[in-house]
Amino acid sequence: MIRTRGLSYAYPGADAPLRFPDVDLRQGGTLLLRGRSGTGKSTWLSLIAGLRGASGGDLFVAGTQLGTQRGAEIDAWRARSIGFLPQKLYLSSALTVADNLALAYFAAGLPRDGAAITRALAQVGVDELAARRPHQLSGGQAQRVALARAVLLSPELLLADEPTASLDDEAAADALDLLRQSAAACDASLVIATHDQRVVQALAGAQTLDLNEIGPKRLLDGREKL
Amino acid sequence: MNSVAIKLARLSWRYLWSRPLAAVLNLLVLTLGLAAITLVLLVATQLDKAFERDLAGIDLVVGAKGSPLQLILAGVFHIDVPTGNIALQEVQALQKNPLVAQVIPLSLGDSYQGFRIVGTTPDYVAHYEAALAEGALWRQPMDAVLGASVARGIARAGHGGAPLAGATFVGSHGLGGGGHAHGDHPYRVSGVLAPCGCVLDRLILTSTESVWMVHEGAMATDDEDLELLKDDREVTVALVRYRTPLAAVTLPRRINADTGMQAAAPAIEVTRLLRLLGVGADVLRAFGGVLLAVAALSVFIALWNAVRERRADLAMLRMLGASPGRVAGLVLWEALWLAAMASVLGLLLGHGLAHGLGWALQAQGLLPVSGLVWLPAEAGVPLLAAGVAALAALLPAMQAYRTEVAELLSQP
Repeated sequence: MIRTRGLSYAYPGADAPLRFPDVDLRQGGTLLLRGRSGTGKSTWLSLIAGLRGASGGDLFVAGTQLGTQRGAEIDAWRARSIGFLPQKLYLSSALTVADNLALAYFAAGLPRDGAAITRALAQVGVDELAARRPHQLSGGQAQRVALARAVLLSPELLLADEPTASLDDEAAADALDLLRQSAAACDASLVIATHDQRVVQALAGAQTLDLNEIGPKRLLDGREKL
Repeated sequence: MNSVAIKLARLSWRYLWSRPLAAVLNLLVLTLGLAAITLVLLVATQLDKAFERDLAGIDLVVGAKGSPLQLILAGVFHIDVPTGNIALQEVQALQKNPLVAQVIPLSLGDSYQGFRIVGTTPDYVAHYEAALAEGALWRQPMDAVLGASVARGIARAGHGGAPLAGATFVGSHGLGGGGHAHGDHPYRVSGVLAPCGCVLDRLILTSTESVWMVHEGAMATDDEDLELLKDDREVTVALVRYRTPLAAVTLPRRINADTGMQAAAPAIEVTRLLRLLGVGADVLRAFGGVLLAVAALSVFIALWNAVRERRADLAMLRMLGASPGRVAGLVLWEALWLAAMASVLGLLLGHGLAHGLGWALQAQGLLPVSGLVWLPAEAGVPLLAAGVAALAALLPAMQAYRTEVAELLSQP
């Protein structure tokens, strides 16, 4: 679940903070995060993931109020509660597919669970690729592996950043289905950040946070680019 | 906590070998630096010890006029040719001097298979507290006692496994071998010394009379000649022990001024020699230091690039919940792996080189150096390696520590 009240974030050196609309997402629900690049989409995501501290407002994610914890606590909370599917996937080329998934255990400080890794890979249909290296995978396979990594620790919230970019229509539909299945399988809330119209259409009627509506002119001046 | 370290170690091991070429190159440079330093440590320590052992208890070396360093090298360490001979009568006069506790005469001139035959008195053996491994000391002229290395060398040279005591050999004139063979006067081996780690290991000892006998026999044509030659008897070097430290003040000066002989204080000459050798050791040590500095730089560059390349990997680890410390630890561990491997390889290589050097030196009958000795100071080599690696990893690790996770999200 996600609940925000008057959430705002001030970029260092910016005169006015960026204010986000309030959001209420129930546990297990799906939120579509829309916005062209530069509208604060990544900022909102990094606030939700506890990577940045908000400058104002209240933020509850996965039953926890963020902003009061120290660094290590936030890291531990993120390991437990957030699954993340980045646009560029970020599978480590030094490791096999199975070891890439095991990184989630390493990062969380948990013992490696080989059976759970196999299950997670099987759930997205790529369990036979466990011993491969990421560069031996097709784009679709790699995304499935990254998805398996994201849901390995059964997070309460799954964040997906542009999951359909650079996919054709059919693959995009498949990816979206798999994403929703995976989130449902561990009863996770799902946030999909996208500016892809196909996703918007496929998830018509889903709860939406549209950042295009909040002062795009002021946000497009390049401050968003880090 | 412990299992975290093990996991870090294992993961960093994988990351290290994900770039095998860089890993091997860095390992190589680091290993060479450590090997050079190990080699210097081994050789310098062993040479110091050998010098110290050979010099112990010898206060003054008296011989013919010439270079004092040469006199010491020839008379004490037996690694140079002597400056000449001195009259036996003068040595006997020296013995009567009240400042002198003991005089050990040495007569050089002949060799066997490159090993020097030294005519001396049993005091020489007693001075180094050498023990017999086989047989007895010489009892009559033409008896010879072999040093341990000599015995090994001769046995290797084809003597087979037969006991050496009782065997005979013929010395040849000159110290290098290949000179005129004294065929009329064969030596009989009366005993073999146990290894003493001193200069005696490399010598063939006999009585001074044997040396005179061989040479007088070769020069004289009849008994009258022999009687005449007896008055002109010479020795090469006299090793002197003082009765009182005060002797150091007057005795060397008196010998140098009033006699035809030269007196050299080993302590002074060896200090000079070590300073000469020390330059070589310093050069080698500096070379090792430069190699280590290059290694540190190379490891630094490799890790820096690795962190840049793996920025996303590291950021992803942070996204997955790893603390910044753990991500930095990953980089540090990678360097420590290199240090650990390079320490093992560097020590082995250093010892191997020292052994090879020792072998080459021994083949020339020079100083004993072994690669089989392990010094406590070598414990510093892994520490040095870890220090260098940690230093090289410092900036990359800090870079990794500060990995900006939000960058993962900021893709347009």
